Amino acid sequence: MNALRLPAGGRIDRSTTYEFTFNGQRLTGHPGDTLASALLAHGIHRTGTSIKLGRPRGIAAAWAEDPNGLIQIEEPFPEPMLLATTVELTDGLTARGIPGQGRLADVPDSARYDARHSHADLLVIGAGPTGLCAALTAARAGARVVLVDEQSEAGGYLLGSTDRIDGGPALDWVAAATAELAGFADVLHLQRTTAFGHFDDGFVLALERRTDHLGTPTHVLGGETAPPHKSRQRVWRIRARHVLVAAGAHERPVVFSDNDRPGIMLAGGARTYLHRYGVLAGRDVVVFTTNDSAYAAAVDLADAGARVHAVVDARAATPAAWVQKCVRRGIPVRAGRLVTGTEGVERITAVAVAGERIPCDLLLVSGGWNPAVHLFSQAGGTLRYDGGLGAFVPGEERDGVSVAGGAAGVAELGGCLADGRRAAEGALGGLGFVPVDSPSPVAEAHVDGQPSLVLWRVADGDQRTQFVDLQRDATVADIACAIGAGMRTVEHVKRYTTIGTAHDQGKTSGVLASGIAAELLGRPVGELGTTTFRPPYTPVAFAALAGRDRGSLFDPERTTAVHAWHVARGAVWEDVGQWKRPRYYPLPGEDMEAAVLRECAAVRGGVGILDGSTLGKIDVQGPDAAEFLNRLYTNMIATLKVGSVRYGVMCGADGMVIDDGTVLRLAGDRFLVYTTTGGAAAVLEWMEEWLQTEWPDLRVYLTSVTEQWATFPVVGPRSRDVIGTVFPDVDVSNAAFPFMTWRDTVLGSNRSGHDASTPRSARGGRPAPDQDVPVRLARVSFSGELAYEVNVDSWYARAVWERLVAAGERHGITPYGTETMHVLRAEKAYPIVGQDTDGTVTPHDLGMSWAVSKKKPFFVGKRSFHRADNQRADRKQLVALLPVDRNLFLPEGSQVIEGPSVPEPPIPMLGHVTSSYRSAALERTFALALVKAGRTRIGETVHVPVAGALVPVEVAEPVVFDPEGARRDG
Amino acid sequence: MQLITCPYCGPREEAEFHYGGQAHVPHPADPGSLSDEEWAHHLFFRDNPRGPFAERWVHALGCRRWFNAVRDTVSYRFHHIYRLDQARPETP
Repeated sequence: MNALRLPAGGRIDRSTTYEFTFNGQRLTGHPGDTLASALLAHGIHRTGTSIKLGRPRGIAAAWAEDPNGLIQIEEPFPEPMLLATTVELTDGLTARGIPGQGRLADVPDSARYDARHSHADLLVIGAGPTGLCAALTAARAGARVVLVDEQSEAGGYLLGSTDRIDGGPALDWVAAATAELAGFADVLHLQRTTAFGHFDDGFVLALERRTDHLGTPTHVLGGETAPPHKSRQRVWRIRARHVLVAAGAHERPVVFSDNDRPGIMLAGGARTYLHRYGVLAGRDVVVFTTNDSAYAAAVDLADAGARVHAVVDARAATPAAWVQKCVRRGIPVRAGRLVTGTEGVERITAVAVAGERIPCDLLLVSGGWNPAVHLFSQAGGTLRYDGGLGAFVPGEERDGVSVAGGAAGVAELGGCLADGRRAAEGALGGLGFVPVDSPSPVAEAHVDGQPSLVLWRVADGDQRTQFVDLQRDATVADIACAIGAGMRTVEHVKRYTTIGTAHDQGKTSGVLASGIAAELLGRPVGELGTTTFRPPYTPVAFAALAGRDRGSLFDPERTTAVHAWHVARGAVWEDVGQWKRPRYYPLPGEDMEAAVLRECAAVRGGVGILDGSTLGKIDVQGPDAAEFLNRLYTNMIATLKVGSVRYGVMCGADGMVIDDGTVLRLAGDRFLVYTTTGGAAAVLEWMEEWLQTEWPDLRVYLTSVTEQWATFPVVGPRSRDVIGTVFPDVDVSNAAFPFMTWRDTVLGSNRSGHDASTPRSARGGRPAPDQDVPVRLARVSFSGELAYEVNVDSWYARAVWERLVAAGERHGITPYGTETMHVLRAEKAYPIVGQDTDGTVTPHDLGMSWAVSKKKPFFVGKRSFHRADNQRADRKQLVALLPVDRNLFLPEGSQVIEGPSVPEPPIPMLGHVTSSYRSAALERTFALALVKAGRTRIGETVHVPVAGALVPVEVAEPVVFDPEGARRDG
Repeated sequence: MQLITCPYCGPREEAEFHYGGQAHVPHPADPGSLSDEEWAHHLFFRDNPRGPFAERWVHALGCRRWFNAVRDTVSYRFHHIYRLDQARPETP
């Protein structure tokens, strides 16, 4: 079945066979395979077709640098745009090749995604020889170490090689190293975990793939299965004092004509397929190289049974030791030659080398190695061009970040082992750890060779088939075109050609594009530089980034103490900031309009109850509390008597309204400030800002008590009866309890709420069940009706709410929501800050000059009222708009213009509608609007475009209901 | 995600902080004595340097305390963090 699978060797389990389907074909593979290695074992190179030109494309590498090989997984769960080279094979996997784009699942993903935080002294990225050496060095010194690696097992480059360490197979050393690391309590070693973003101050995001390789329960033949509760992917948020990038290097191809055919592969990739997966990527092989490293692929593949027809070395001076190895195996070496073209459609069939045609089914290419500097560069590390390597390497050192091994341009295994240790010791010194003495691993001496040749491309042939970015179908001709169009930097060339913008983010194409652009521009590549590396290093699913922060967990949901009652009553919700507030309570068959008209009529005709617990509440205490509030509110607070309430407006230094609410004076040195629901946090911060930065001499202390107090306005002409019934100790008459005063009382013992056995500590020091519950009543009104605001410790909120509802039953007490609240307040022209205001509106614009003290020498915003702009006669002012058609509803946000016809643009705008409702009391629609010189226009007709027509509306006094305020005292 | 060292709590993630604009711009003692132009300059005009900049920050989701910092507007590095009752450090 697996014709190109070797009988032995590699990291796969031949005793178990997986079945999978690719492009409709049923195939087999083994645990330890990637989808790519399993395909290659069947001789399948082609995975799909290129996105623009429709050219056949195949597997070109063995890991994430593959610019081809994009697939769509269909089973077990649809997922687009994965790489065949990085998908671990599981039983029952169904996939197909795709030209660039795939499809998302049309059913919800039921898998879990989560996130975890981790803190480390040293984060090592990459568990190859460099990273393992570094992690061991740090762990032995007692440092807290996190080691992450994107592959299924540690070893990195060693997994695809025949290197030896300490006289034995390198992977034995890897096994010993990982075993030793596992013995340290303070080492977190994560495989299948890709560090994809490196940010400020040692902050690294890594994606751990936790369950995909386990297969789905129905398909697993044995061994570990994924428990359903286990998250599929996890984002690790790692904060490390020092980050060591040991991410290795990516092999770089050379660009030549028709370099994109299936069967053309990076030389190191073929070696990995051979040694790690026991797969021969081809039987008839040609190797094209500019450096020594590809000779190992030629030799290893020949030893494994392939016919290697030539090593085409672009260099005139070839490495003698390697050439000797080739000669012993009968591999001809063509020195100083170039591949100038290829043949084949579905698969490469021949290579052209300086006029000679060499038949083959696999062409291995190596143009040198690019250090994987992505994670260094992402964190702001600068790069410099190393002419010897023909690659960009880390430039100047950066605090808390170092780079070692292949990622720093170190080429040989021995050098990597030493560099990992050196880098770790350097970091440990800065972190206050003392490295312990231990023997260094010794790599087999490497074969002396020849320096690499920097060769970006072979110029012969048609530039339009010389592919630089295979995924984007972008060629040398495209770079030439970009330069012809005037592009002079790689950033511009990248954007013009789209090179480096595909899933692989230019892992193979980026530096090539720089090199070729430099050649075409006749400038040194080091001067031209490379494009900026940005996160993510490899693609990350949005589901993983979202983690558990979705649905109801996307943002915290705040609910009041009476929430369950609202739910049971069938409330429809309005989100106000993070709060869930009942918007209205529909009866069967009612829509919002019907419910709100009913609720409005009930409040004005009888009594209603609102859950106003979400209002912001700030406890302001201290000897200077009165002075402090006096400076922040536009009106006089210092003269407020204990037992009284005042409505206050707060302005910014620019004189614009930022919040409003009521202030209760609880004692000479204590106030309770009510803010808007949405403004609570901002007002507290605003108060703290002034207190701390401008008036540190004031002895004032601010505490948010929003959630400690539940607040229930009981509103309407019958509210006095309800309050009098529930609180018989309170004289609710207007004379004894006048408007804008508050009274403390208690609610008698016979109440529900909690178990009598609850200890006092668990009650937060609250009264025991047989004691009285303190309640504060306030005569304030946001509707113009007689109203009592009932404030109680949230602990007892539900019980108190239910008592009020029960007592109101004989009056038909009606719970009402925010929509009705808005209609009632709009009928009285009480503004909603942030709806009727927008940061450009003064109290005077709102018709609230009465709330601005003329006596106080100073308050925040006062000076600005005298600015010329705030004196303009044509400032926008709050007025009511009454559509001439009493049933016509003006959408909020509608423009107000003069009319009666629409003039040529630009059309002078008079203002806009800020609030709009149907009034049950007026039996008509009405709106509030900010209109230029609105107060002088009262009685005039202006126009509002509604649904394509211009409708006439009358400008009216803002208070449209009970303008004389006759209802306030019942 | 930078770490910002709150002078009261120590290093915390930047998401816990709110920015408060240029530091050392005190509210005028007697705004009424200022001309419209002077008042407008106080309200609306702030420096916007390239390089070190003294700024106000508040540890909004922590201790709620305000403090000052000299931060480089190019590199984002915090050079100095100091309490409100401390003088602005000499900057390079």
